Amino acid sequence: MITVRFFAAVREVMERDGARYEAPGATVTANDVLAAIAGARLADLPRPLLVAINREHAHLTSPVKDGDEIAFFPPVSGG
Amino acid sequence: MIIRLQREDFDPERAVQAIDVKGSGARVSFVGIVRDTAAGAPITALEIEHYPEMTQAELARIATHAQDQHHLHEVVIIHRYGYIERGERIMMVAVWSAHRAEAFMGCQAIVDALKTRAPFWKKEISPQGSAWVAGAMPHDLG
Repeated sequence: MITVRFFAAVREVMERDGARYEAPGATVTANDVLAAIAGARLADLPRPLLVAINREHAHLTSPVKDGDEIAFFPPVSGG
Repeated sequence: MIIRLQREDFDPERAVQAIDVKGSGARVSFVGIVRDTAAGAPITALEIEHYPEMTQAELARIATHAQDQHHLHEVVIIHRYGYIERGERIMMVAVWSAHRAEAFMGCQAIVDALKTRAPFWKKEISPQGSAWVAGAMPHDLG
């Protein structure tokens, strides 16, 4: 099972702060997981979109596996 | 390295006065505060959201990188989250090094990295409503 989390404007569009995703046997990317969960809301998500895998910055094309935590969020604005 | 994430305000001087760094000849610190306007319009406050489990780790990565790059002896990062009114402190960075050049550059490098890498998101609150602050893309993730 993959844990998915949403933050800021992404959370608002998704109307929830996370989801669980059962990874199929094949190799999947962060973007594949997002597309499967977001469905019709995919087009409404803010762009550009950042992703973190296991709490480190990654790419939408990065592979994910069972047990990972993936977070999707807009560009950050710390400081 | 000291990293603090907190809702409440902090005292910048107290945050650094107890730290005794041997061999340091310079300390540079930066304090960020909530501006009273955004794009010319008045704002009331900021609401800062973050990704708690990642924030601590990312700030540690930022601090470690700056320590290595700029030969810093010690780094303190304090960052608030939640509701912060205009004029209040948001965050501070303090660094120690042997000489001033490393301290100035190291402090700036950390503050710059916070802008593009630390998972915080700011929402500006004004009498007209609220709006997310546009963030910046990290150069290696664009």
